[in-house]
Amino acid sequence: MFPEAFNFSVAKSVNNAIKWLLQTHGSAFDSFSAAILGLLLRVQSLLVAVPWWGYILFIAVMAWIATRKIIPTIVLAGLPIFIGMFGLWALALETLALVITSVVIALVVGIPLGVIMAEANLFAEITKPVLDAMQTMPSFVYLIPAMMLFGLGKVPAVIATLIYALPPVMRLTCLGLQQVPKPVQEAARAYGATRWQLLKEVRVPLAMPSILAGVNQTTMMALAMVVIASMIGARGLGQEVLMAINRIDVGRGFEAGISIVIMGIVIDRITQGLARRWDPNRK
Amino acid sequence: MADNIIEVSELWKVYSKKEIDFDVENEDMIESLDSSSDSVVAVRDVSFSVKEGEVFIVMGLSGSGKSTLIRCLLRLVDISWGSVKINGQEISTMNKKEITDFRRHQAAMVFQHYGLLPHRTVVENVAFGLKLRGVPRKERKEMAREALATVGLQDWGNYYPASLSGGMRQRVGIARALVADTPLLLMDEPFSGLDPLIRREMQEELVRIQEEFHKTIFFVTHDLDEAMRLGDRMAVMKNGEIVQIGKPPEVFANPADDYVARFVQDKREEIRKTDEQMAALATQPEKAVKNDVS
Repeated sequence: MFPEAFNFSVAKSVNNAIKWLLQTHGSAFDSFSAAILGLLLRVQSLLVAVPWWGYILFIAVMAWIATRKIIPTIVLAGLPIFIGMFGLWALALETLALVITSVVIALVVGIPLGVIMAEANLFAEITKPVLDAMQTMPSFVYLIPAMMLFGLGKVPAVIATLIYALPPVMRLTCLGLQQVPKPVQEAARAYGATRWQLLKEVRVPLAMPSILAGVNQTTMMALAMVVIASMIGARGLGQEVLMAINRIDVGRGFEAGISIVIMGIVIDRITQGLARRWDPNRK
Repeated sequence: MADNIIEVSELWKVYSKKEIDFDVENEDMIESLDSSSDSVVAVRDVSFSVKEGEVFIVMGLSGSGKSTLIRCLLRLVDISWGSVKINGQEISTMNKKEITDFRRHQAAMVFQHYGLLPHRTVVENVAFGLKLRGVPRKERKEMAREALATVGLQDWGNYYPASLSGGMRQRVGIARALVADTPLLLMDEPFSGLDPLIRREMQEELVRIQEEFHKTIFFVTHDLDEAMRLGDRMAVMKNGEIVQIGKPPEVFANPADDYVARFVQDKREEIRKTDEQMAALATQPEKAVKNDVS
């Protein structure tokens, strides 16, 4: 057994820290919360305004661009129809709004941070363990404080999703930049590229396949997390799953689960296909 | 002295894992750098000058420091000690902005591994240096197409480098260097990765280009054949030091030490064998024909 004399607990100080944050910076969290909610609602109203066949059409076009094959295009465009038939279309749109908002924020924050990681070694060394923690920490551990700080509902769901979905795009952006072949970079430097020109003209374009793989991973993680986030009051397909579990209604849970899987497959195939189109080595 | 384009004196380059404050006077330090596995003295007390319009060859085995030396001329690696003057400008003390400006206007480099951008077309690759300088799009494309025509690739401008052969890629590399219109051309084993026939062709191409443009060319190779064919003068490097400088025929006739002699020996051997074979063929033509028939 571990000797009792060494017992040391941080639980209490963490509790106090959260309490202190709430009491002293509560209003700051509130306004931050309002900003995210505003963005989320705007995305949602935009999504609701599009008719259902608009989605099918959009998916078909994107799938065609991504795969250039007829059968995958038909399958990908046809799958979402099942979501509608299950009567889950409106809930799926709410989930989609949550995913899009989280992913957009994750990319806006994550890609620049990934670039800084590749450029500054010290920053990368500090960031890596933080990213490990973000990915391995059981999500319920930060769901509860997120709820305490940002209130019940969608905003803490976005925050929790961000925590979970941000690491892949950061890591893959950094990795992609580091893997750009040295001779190409040296040639660009030899012709007088500044650090910024090197980044903009050479490193980021050549790292694009890796960055897009990061976007794909982040989107998938966000979709997975959105379901868990329903436990703190985010509506959408996750809530449907949660309710079905509570009532031991296996069939209903299955329908909602399949709908999430369908969203996952469609988003994954399209983003992966687009990433492959972008690969400079395929030209 | 005014017509010396490159003037290098007492140049040292040390690669080290640790930060070091290099000092030539400190012999103990140099000794410890030599014996340490964390550091390599890649260029050791090198001095030479290159005249305007000259093709200057640096020859040596791999690891002799010749690639590091050519990188010192553009300061692609930091200079540990000594002076590098190009067109009268001291390279080693330039700040970031000055060195960027210098690279854009004074010297263009051709690389062994081409260093082409895979996501840009051939014409965009050639125009890349001009783009960095801020030449307007239309103008730089036009200049790039002209440069492509001088290397015989006028029809390949819209292809991506991946669809070109090695020889063609290096032509693109040369076009990129020519279009920069710099007085100095640096070439780091440009033809080493090419097969012998293409290499020969490219060497002839370079001779033709030199007749047209009269550049000052600093050319690194490990191939004595190439050095003799292209060079006005050559330097032989060994373990970071220059062991001999002279016109290629002089070096060939009077190697300064065993190392140079071994380079030359191989070449002499080759010439002797070729001569013998030719002689054998000349004296026994009937037999050769008979063998062919049977």
